[in-house]
Amino acid sequence: MTKQHANWSPYDNNGGTCVAIAGSDYCVIAADTRMSTGYSILSRDYSKIHKLADKAVLSSSGFQADVKALQKVLKSRHLIYQHQHNKQMSCPAMAQLLSNTLYFKRFFPYYAFNVLGGLDEEGKGCVFTYDAVGSYERVGYGAQGSGSTLIMPFLDNQLKSPSPLLLPKQDSNTPLSEAEAVDLVKTVFASATERDIYTGDKLEIMILKADGIKTELMDLRKD
Amino acid sequence: MFRNQYDTDVTTWSPTGRLFQVEYAMEAVKQGSAAIGLRSRSHVVLACVNKAQSELSSHQRKIFKVDDHIGVAIAGLTADGRVLSRYMRSESINHSFTYESPLSVGRLVVRLADKAQVCTQRSWKRPYGVGLLVGGLDESGAHLYYNCPSGNYFEYQAFAIGSRSQAAKTYLERRYESFQESSREDLIKDAIMAIRETLQGETLKSSLCTVSVLGVEEPFHFLDQESIQKVIDTFEKVPEEEEDAGEGEAEPEAAPVAAGTGEQGGSGDQDVAPMEM
Repeated sequence: MTKQHANWSPYDNNGGTCVAIAGSDYCVIAADTRMSTGYSILSRDYSKIHKLADKAVLSSSGFQADVKALQKVLKSRHLIYQHQHNKQMSCPAMAQLLSNTLYFKRFFPYYAFNVLGGLDEEGKGCVFTYDAVGSYERVGYGAQGSGSTLIMPFLDNQLKSPSPLLLPKQDSNTPLSEAEAVDLVKTVFASATERDIYTGDKLEIMILKADGIKTELMDLRKD
Repeated sequence: MFRNQYDTDVTTWSPTGRLFQVEYAMEAVKQGSAAIGLRSRSHVVLACVNKAQSELSSHQRKIFKVDDHIGVAIAGLTADGRVLSRYMRSESINHSFTYESPLSVGRLVVRLADKAQVCTQRSWKRPYGVGLLVGGLDESGAHLYYNCPSGNYFEYQAFAIGSRSQAAKTYLERRYESFQESSREDLIKDAIMAIRETLQGETLKSSLCTVSVLGVEEPFHFLDQESIQKVIDTFEKVPEEEEDAGEGEAEPEAAPVAAGTGEQGGSGDQDVAPMEM
């Protein structure tokens, strides 16, 4: 008797792409606003970016029901932290919390592909990139989601030195200015939209700086 | 209220139908330093007296934020108060998580009261030795409740608990009819004046009291020392002068500084147990 397999899956992929770039004193987090299932569009106006703390913003693609549940858990944990420590969580602290929360469900994971962006304790931009079960790393820039394979190589080309042997090792954070980083993000999404059917409609960009968060919305191709 | 043969156990009734352990727990509340709450239609102000064990130590925290729309002031065994505040925070967070909406203060105080009642009916437990003034919002506006160790709770327009609270209550009884329609500023002023009543002679300084406000469009927060001092300055002039017309009532003159002779310590008793404030 062959092993019976489930005739349904608890997971679904709602598509979409998330990108974050860390700067010297800012962090740019961007995601498209298309939510889809299979070949259908569920919404053209669904935000995948969620502010967890003053200095930590989470952007996740994947199964949005799991993403929503994950956001709720983190929000509650952050409230408890604030009650106990009388201050907001720092981005590196939130990064560890996110990792632990994901691994907690190691054997029934959150189908969420996360990029956490924010400012570290020194005020410098930081980006953390995750897999579904909590393995994480601090990086200078990251992309997750259906368009990530199209975007990541381009970001590597623009933001990373080709070989540490040829050129001096670059700082993990980009030397780009805030305006240049935002421009790069817009370019990158416009290109990904062309070839990835799950990315499009609108682009939501959040720019995190010490004095606050700014949000920008840009139109993308709707086909 | 003296030692007798029915007061060892919380689960032993006296022949006159009293639970002495519960009543003794309420005594603990009376020994703590004063806490005051008042509310208008849209705001709740909680205030308390900061008394430190000694000049060397910091004062104990007696007002806690439970959520953006709920705060609590305690009197009595502050350790018990801290634990109950943590319980209230956890209930509030869990409610928000499940229902995506803030927990009504009325629902919270019932759970708190039920939790206190359990301790009056288990032989291996003891009642919580702390009284809680819970101020918060629900759909119908601002509310103030008092939860006592017995498991009872009542809603109030204004109330004071702790040592020398009777003086504050007298003040509040005179003024409470105006509170419902009071402005936020007047409510804060009344709270600070009620605090002054409990100090009975000591000059009122902003370092001696903690004041917190919450309202319909105002999340719970503490007032900083400057703001408190500004309110004090409007009615507490140099001690020899009479108070100015900012007062509605004909208050007795602000007592001169000299009256505060050697009256240090939490509730005026030298032998207050260290855990009680």
